[in-house]
Amino acid sequence: MDGKELLTMRHIKKEFPGVLALNNVDFTLRKGEIHALMGENGAGKSTLIKILTGVYQMDDGEVTIEGSKVSIHSPQDAQNSGISTVYQEITLCPNLTVAENMYIGREDSAWIRRKEYERRADEILSRLQIPARSTQQLGRCSLAIQQMVAIARAVDMKCKVLILDEPTSSLDDKEVNMLFKLMRDLKAQGVGIIFVTHFLEQVYQVSDRITVLRNGELVGEYLTEELPQVQLVSKMIGKDLDELSSLKENSDTEEEPGEVFYEASALSSTQTLPFNFKIHKGEVNGFTGLLGSGRSESVRAVFGADKVTGGIVTIKGQPAKITRPIDAMRHGIGYLAEDRKRDGIIAELSVRENIILALQVMNGFFKPISRSESEAFADEYIKVLQIKTASRETPVGSLSGGNQQKVILARWLLTHPDYLILDEPTRGIDVGTKLEIQKLVLKLAEEGVSITFISSEVEEMLRTCSRLIVMRDRHIVGELKGQDLNQAQVMKTIAGEIKVKSPDQLQAMKSIAGGKA
Amino acid sequence: MKKSFKNIFSNGLGQLTIPIIAIIILVVFNLIRDPSFFSIEITQNNEGNNVLSGNLISIINGASELAILAMGMTLVTAACGGQDISVGAAAAIAGSGFVKILKSGDTISGGKVILAFLFACIVAMLFGAFNGTLVAVFKIQPMIATLILYTCGRSIAYWINGGATPTFSSSIVNAIGGFIPGIPIPTPVLIVIAVGIIFKLVFHFTSLELLTQSVGINGSAARLNGINATFIKLLSFIILGLCVAVAGSIGVSRLGLINHETLLLDIEMDTILAVAIGGNNLGGGKFKVGGSIIGAYVIQTLTITLYAMKVSSTDVKAYKAIVIILLVVIGSPVVKAKFGKLMSKFRAGKGNACVKGAE
Repeated sequence: MDGKELLTMRHIKKEFPGVLALNNVDFTLRKGEIHALMGENGAGKSTLIKILTGVYQMDDGEVTIEGSKVSIHSPQDAQNSGISTVYQEITLCPNLTVAENMYIGREDSAWIRRKEYERRADEILSRLQIPARSTQQLGRCSLAIQQMVAIARAVDMKCKVLILDEPTSSLDDKEVNMLFKLMRDLKAQGVGIIFVTHFLEQVYQVSDRITVLRNGELVGEYLTEELPQVQLVSKMIGKDLDELSSLKENSDTEEEPGEVFYEASALSSTQTLPFNFKIHKGEVNGFTGLLGSGRSESVRAVFGADKVTGGIVTIKGQPAKITRPIDAMRHGIGYLAEDRKRDGIIAELSVRENIILALQVMNGFFKPISRSESEAFADEYIKVLQIKTASRETPVGSLSGGNQQKVILARWLLTHPDYLILDEPTRGIDVGTKLEIQKLVLKLAEEGVSITFISSEVEEMLRTCSRLIVMRDRHIVGELKGQDLNQAQVMKTIAGEIKVKSPDQLQAMKSIAGGKA
Repeated sequence: MKKSFKNIFSNGLGQLTIPIIAIIILVVFNLIRDPSFFSIEITQNNEGNNVLSGNLISIINGASELAILAMGMTLVTAACGGQDISVGAAAAIAGSGFVKILKSGDTISGGKVILAFLFACIVAMLFGAFNGTLVAVFKIQPMIATLILYTCGRSIAYWINGGATPTFSSSIVNAIGGFIPGIPIPTPVLIVIAVGIIFKLVFHFTSLELLTQSVGINGSAARLNGINATFIKLLSFIILGLCVAVAGSIGVSRLGLINHETLLLDIEMDTILAVAIGGNNLGGGKFKVGGSIIGAYVIQTLTITLYAMKVSSTDVKAYKAIVIILLVVIGSPVVKAKFGKLMSKFRAGKGNACVKGAE
């Protein structure tokens, strides 16, 4: 890190109709630096990035690269100025080869022969130590490799500024570490990296500097090592963390478990091995384990989301047969799926229609919920959950991630479930909303609803769950409650009898047990 | 009042704006070309009834089969994200079944007509279920799945008719294809209204609309919310089958004969077009049946206008294509987005003007 200023943004202002998205924001990126851009949803991170990449035009301000002023009016301008972006969703073509993806659509590549660019691709892949071959079909590579290919493409385009927008949200811990290694390599080569993420832990793993935005204004720029994590969070949400810690105390009050609501023995689906599981009335439990340990697959089997292949299920002591989601719903079970976009929202339908959907399905084909009734339901839950939407008829796809999640929560709350399964309800949403959802979970449990809460942030689960089921390699390897509910114990159980050999594995375990808050 | 008017244009119409503007332009164009184009007179038909006649009547009457098929096609499109290209062939089969029952005895009584219609309905629903099974259960793309019936449908109709083009004459059937004595409005038009009302009632008394849209937009999420997507898709094809039976029966009743080669020939493409002009996304999802109905009338108005301009029937298709290119391009997301930007600029400008005025 030689500290030379590579990119400066000064007094950036951007106004949307009715919203001041950025007000007098400064941002400085130095050569060979990984700079985390932090803020809650709506803080202005995306707007700033989009101004830099030419998607939006700023209303006021100045951008310089290596000391000279640049004006960026299109993504092409950004590319020519040496700014490259790798987005959260892979924007390459899965059905083309790695090399084709690296050179497609580039002005300088139109007349290069296939052999030539395959050679060049291999060269750069090996230089960056990316374990992929140029002739491989991209879609067959793991998501992490795809992301790295996107980065390799950017590097090959001689980028000086690399923007990584939520690059780790769909990677597992091992892949995250591969990505971080690549980031550090690029840093050593003098590339400036802007790193946008929701995972605080990762910020502390790789970044040198942190810039925090809140409500479109600059909060400040800090050296990572000088800013404790707790302070970072409070700067992001703009309030003290007392609230966060007070949650835990509430849930610490040990209560005698009520009657068993749901019990399964030897339950299995096409995606799981047979397992036993039960949950009491008013209990909050959690499934934890590394990615691929089978935690999501297990709850999917409970809900009948995957094809159930065996097992005996009783609900309130009565035998129950759950093979499809509708069976589970009729028994009072709700399921908020892990992948909000794919399995949750009906993007083009309105907030109102999304909220009433599950209740409507349960009511049956011939008992439609009337317009006025559905409007009343929607208004009620928009108010209760403080869903930020222009109106109840706004298409849900246009809401922010956190508000979409609230709409899906509303959908299930409206069915008045006895048992609610929440798979990663807080992924990719801002800290404030996370807190609201955690509070809601505890409140529901108090009212007697059984809840299964899954999160890749162990801290969050420790705050909300009174019992944690730990999984490894599709087996349940432990159950923690009471005194055992702490990070050290969770990490030990996840690690189990495995003799930890590779530093990668150790790192992966640490990062999950440490909570990627 | 003013506010509600503005709302209609900003949100209420939305998807229907283009088809409605298209039909208005066609009407205005015709009025300029020939002010008497839309004049309606009362004439006496062959059976001695006083009936309405004129270009307007022939447009509305002639589009009946198309409008009915477009309603069913809208549902299939929304649920399955694809189209049924076998509706013309299936209508030929349904029509043949209708005539088969009509001609099964010596006389044609009212009861027999009802029986024949029910038979046509069952046959068309079965073929609809066949298409629907291929699409919903076997996950074959709708266009490929229905290509089967598109290819062989008219042959099946040929077998039902024994290779002939059976004719029949009955005042009851004439009344279905023409006019009911004492009512000056063509019966097919009344049937369209009836089918439209039935659709409206189905949407009111069932959750079909919400479920179909959910399945069409996000099948995976729909399934996890307990929706039986297979059933919804199958149902859409069966409903389209009913529409096919009604359209086929009207077509046969108009002519008093069944010609399996020509009955509702090429109507599948016009049907799909009507759905598209109606602003419905052919990739599935949100839909408006009303849009498709207007789309059907746009197509028919266009056809009749061209005939009225003495364009030869072989040339009509080429001219139709030109207008359709225009409609589809104007309705395309790119043009819509550009237009939306223009409108918001215009509105902002107007807002400023108002403020200035107040000062």
